[in-house]
Amino acid sequence: MRYLPLTPDDRRAMLARIGAPDLDALFRDVPKAALAPLTAFDLPDTQGEMEVERTLSKLASRNVAAGAAPFFCGAGAYKHHVPSAVDHLIQRSEFLTSYTPYQPEIAQGTLQYLFEFQSQVALLTGMEVANASLYDGSTATAEAVLMAQRITKRGKAILSGGLHPHYAETVETVAGLFGPMVRGAVTPGTAEDLAALIDEETACVVVQSPDVFGLIRNLKPIAEAAHAKGALLIAVVTEVVSLGLLEPPGAQGADIVAAEGQSVGNGLNFGGPYVGLFATREKFLRQMPGRLCGETVDAEGRRGYVLTLSTREQHIRREKATSNICTNSGLCTLAFTIHLSLLGEEGLTRLARINHAKARALADRLATLPGVKVLTPAFFNEFTIELPRPAAPLVEALASKGVIAGVPASRLLPHDKSVQNLLILAATETNTDDDFAALTAALKEIL
Amino acid sequence: MSETRYTDQHEWIRLDGEEATVGITKYAAESLGDVVFVELPASGKAVTAGGEAAVVESVKAASDIYAPAGGTVTSANSALEKEPSKVNEDPEGAGWFFKMKINDMGEFAKLMDATAYGKFVESL
Amino acid sequence: MTMNNQGRPSGAGEAFPAGIATISGDRGLDHEEPLIFELGHGASGVDFPDVKVADDRLGGMRRKDRIGLPGLSEPEVVRHYVRLSRMNYAIDSGLYPLGSCTMKHNPRLNEKMARLPGFGDLHPLAPQSATQGALELISQLMNWLTTLTGMPAVAMSPKAGAHGELCGLLAIRAAIASRGETRKRILVPESAHGTNPATAAFAGFTVDEVPAKPNGHVDAEALKAKLGPDVAAIMLTNPNTCGLFEGEVKEIADAVHAAGAYFYCDGANFNAIAGKVRPGDLGVDAMHINLHKTFSTPHGGGGPGAGPVVLSERLAPFAPIPLLVVDGKGLRLIEDVKAPPQGAKPFGRMCAFHGQMGMFVRALTYMLSHGRDGVRQASEDAVLSANYILASLKDVMSAPFGEGPCMHEALFDDSFLEGTGVTTLDFAKAMIDEGYHPMTMYFPLVVHGAMLIEPTESESKASLDCFIHVLHTLATEARAKQTERFAGAPHLAPRRRLDETAAARKPVLRYKPPQSFKEAAE
Repeated sequence: MRYLPLTPDDRRAMLARIGAPDLDALFRDVPKAALAPLTAFDLPDTQGEMEVERTLSKLASRNVAAGAAPFFCGAGAYKHHVPSAVDHLIQRSEFLTSYTPYQPEIAQGTLQYLFEFQSQVALLTGMEVANASLYDGSTATAEAVLMAQRITKRGKAILSGGLHPHYAETVETVAGLFGPMVRGAVTPGTAEDLAALIDEETACVVVQSPDVFGLIRNLKPIAEAAHAKGALLIAVVTEVVSLGLLEPPGAQGADIVAAEGQSVGNGLNFGGPYVGLFATREKFLRQMPGRLCGETVDAEGRRGYVLTLSTREQHIRREKATSNICTNSGLCTLAFTIHLSLLGEEGLTRLARINHAKARALADRLATLPGVKVLTPAFFNEFTIELPRPAAPLVEALASKGVIAGVPASRLLPHDKSVQNLLILAATETNTDDDFAALTAALKEIL
Repeated sequence: MSETRYTDQHEWIRLDGEEATVGITKYAAESLGDVVFVELPASGKAVTAGGEAAVVESVKAASDIYAPAGGTVTSANSALEKEPSKVNEDPEGAGWFFKMKINDMGEFAKLMDATAYGKFVESL
Repeated sequence: MTMNNQGRPSGAGEAFPAGIATISGDRGLDHEEPLIFELGHGASGVDFPDVKVADDRLGGMRRKDRIGLPGLSEPEVVRHYVRLSRMNYAIDSGLYPLGSCTMKHNPRLNEKMARLPGFGDLHPLAPQSATQGALELISQLMNWLTTLTGMPAVAMSPKAGAHGELCGLLAIRAAIASRGETRKRILVPESAHGTNPATAAFAGFTVDEVPAKPNGHVDAEALKAKLGPDVAAIMLTNPNTCGLFEGEVKEIADAVHAAGAYFYCDGANFNAIAGKVRPGDLGVDAMHINLHKTFSTPHGGGGPGAGPVVLSERLAPFAPIPLLVVDGKGLRLIEDVKAPPQGAKPFGRMCAFHGQMGMFVRALTYMLSHGRDGVRQASEDAVLSANYILASLKDVMSAPFGEGPCMHEALFDDSFLEGTGVTTLDFAKAMIDEGYHPMTMYFPLVVHGAMLIEPTESESKASLDCFIHVLHTLATEARAKQTERFAGAPHLAPRRRLDETAAARKPVLRYKPPQSFKEAAE
């Protein structure tokens, strides 16, 4: 057993020191009836590295990777090119196999990159303070709603119809315990009227921009409408690369920003692990969930970093904590920070522009197809088209022809007949003209 | 003529005429370690004897402060917002938490005086 | 006030004189490293063409201002993060005795498998026919988890242990509601990990603490006495946070079920019993499994984790979406809460998409590598190693339950330090100078100055013997009041003790550029 260093001689010597006759004696507090024999477990026995690799590779080869075909899926997870340096650096032992930095003297590596991460997120979102990450964008959104409920002492949350349906469901599951969750109308291609839904019982309004259909929203008027009634605006961003080109939510009056950071540094990974970004105003600092890294000095006056304001957290406040969260996204957070450091201001700006240019080119090509209508007038790298027939079967048919054409809206909203014919497509810097040609040809053939 | 009493939860309460001032004792402040933040009650808040009135935080712990007697909070020591260290420097003076009006003087009278509290701390 | 008996110094304390001063401020292989913001100078670490785009399809929302991100070339970025990494302790560098964290070896095969493009480059919303290999992997992992625990079902989507706790409690809540009842109280032992009561509050319950007996076990009589028609569930950790197996667990489970309540088990300590004891046999209704503890997915400096929740027959119908089913076309994820499979009543959704697939690949790789016999052997070695440490140190360090046996972790308290002037904190910081990460300190709260040591099965006997020798010597010196090592420790780490008080009183949570001359003059 290659991972287990103890030998039979070692075990004998250790039992002798302990004064136990055998290993069973160490389990004597376990009721006899609860001790299961090995044969009770219908599972295979140990295998060598080669065999395991073979098994896993077979499973992997039965999936169509995004890079293996013309690929246009977005809807909350985006394929971007991650520079090789990122994956190499996060696999350094000291990053990969270290623990939460509870002993700051021997964890300055982790703490310093968390401080850099918090600074980057605050700048990107245009907010005053950011935490050291949550699990992902959807749980970050739920935490934002809970935070707004605590701050305003109200229960109602208005969830825009443009909010990713998985995010809305997550919020309803978790925050719905503490107040009514009201969903706005689903209006692909236009912004619904949310102001009419806000009243004196509203804790927050949750708006995603660009929304799940790709539409870029102006948050300013919603922020004003919310603030006028004493409610908070929570801005959700599922594609952070968009912040390289668009006005940040902080500049538009957002009180809390909950975002998905997967696009920067992290692969698609079939849905996880991802990284939740969370930022807010200074005045709400003590209500913010999650870890926080702060600057300080050591006994010799040298600058250093520590986890701080821990009294908000579960291990101290227990049932009065701002959240039950214990882990953050650790390595995914590091990947984000490193990738963003490689991009820098100029790199992120260019990357964002390229994404928008690609999406425009794709939209223009698709608009020439008979029966196809582009619904999104303003978008970043993702938009929605209307097809003459239901999109889901078309996507399946295209997949069997080797084209991954995007996400049918019906996958996210299975009961909404009005979106059956809608297809959500994303184009990033990883898409080529050949990809566009392949998609257009395949669609033309099938429509 | 002011009169100070103590609870077995290490709060002190000093009565000056109609108004009483509440804080934590030197023993409590020392056990807590460096105070980094204090959450004070709002003016007008009703409190009950032994009920939660404030929260004091050190780096590693958050402790509830209980009202020694029932009544209404009249003001809080906002200086603690900028300088929570006052609680460590002068817990029984400038590090006071809040002032209140007591509803039932009987509750005040039941509390330990300085000598009794001193004996109580020794027994811990 | 509630007396905090865990109060301890959080200032930086006193310094010792430094060594020889160097010109650069660096010392040999140890480099000081500024922030990326202080190093940035307008270079770029990526090569992208400068494409111009028009405004007309941006809804008037084009960014007007600079973001303020620093720019560096690739060599500079690589050097920066390599230097940062060298300031971290890690399992790959040394023993990590953190109780309840299970710091076992992280196999690199796991990393290689997770990065196969068929897993790493797979979109969660790709057509399901294009993701059958991924769904098959999830199905196999589910089989391992349910077989090892003896439970019929498992919810895979929770992103971490605490998230799994929430999932379990929400399933319990839904089950109670489906019976037309309302039960608001959850019983939690006072020795529980902080996530337990925090999660209970998060799920809308009130927490009622159950005391521990002097022997470290939960007071089963007190627990049973608290049962009633308003109790929804108990949350127990087994083995418990003192490192002991709760032998009365089946009796407790029976009493809990008879009272119409549910048994949530915190699976953080599963490494003691995996492959030997099945929680399903103990009456557990829901248990989260920390894949980043028991199943070796890397701790990554704090995450990501994964916390799938095994569920009993009673709770299985309420598992959240997505649900994995097999039908004529193959494996399929059901993502529609309004159209669940027959008999399923999902309580909702825990997060977007399907769960921590990257961690699933790693965990299954670990399980296939170990096999059922390896998993069992790992648990036995983990328990053996912890008992070896307990037996070797209890003559000099006070162990409240020192008669043993313990499970996979050994608990000590600070009685042996009484009157020495050395605290649990000082003791731990002195370990840093010896090249060890300190053990879990001040947890569980039921003993004073707790020190919880969990070696795991990944340590060789030689490694354990070195560790024991160091701790034995430190304890002996402390008891003899030879306090030089302890005062102001650590002395040899990249940083001395840090001022946590200042960090909390005046939080500085982001980089602020120094004022320019112009700004300062205004």
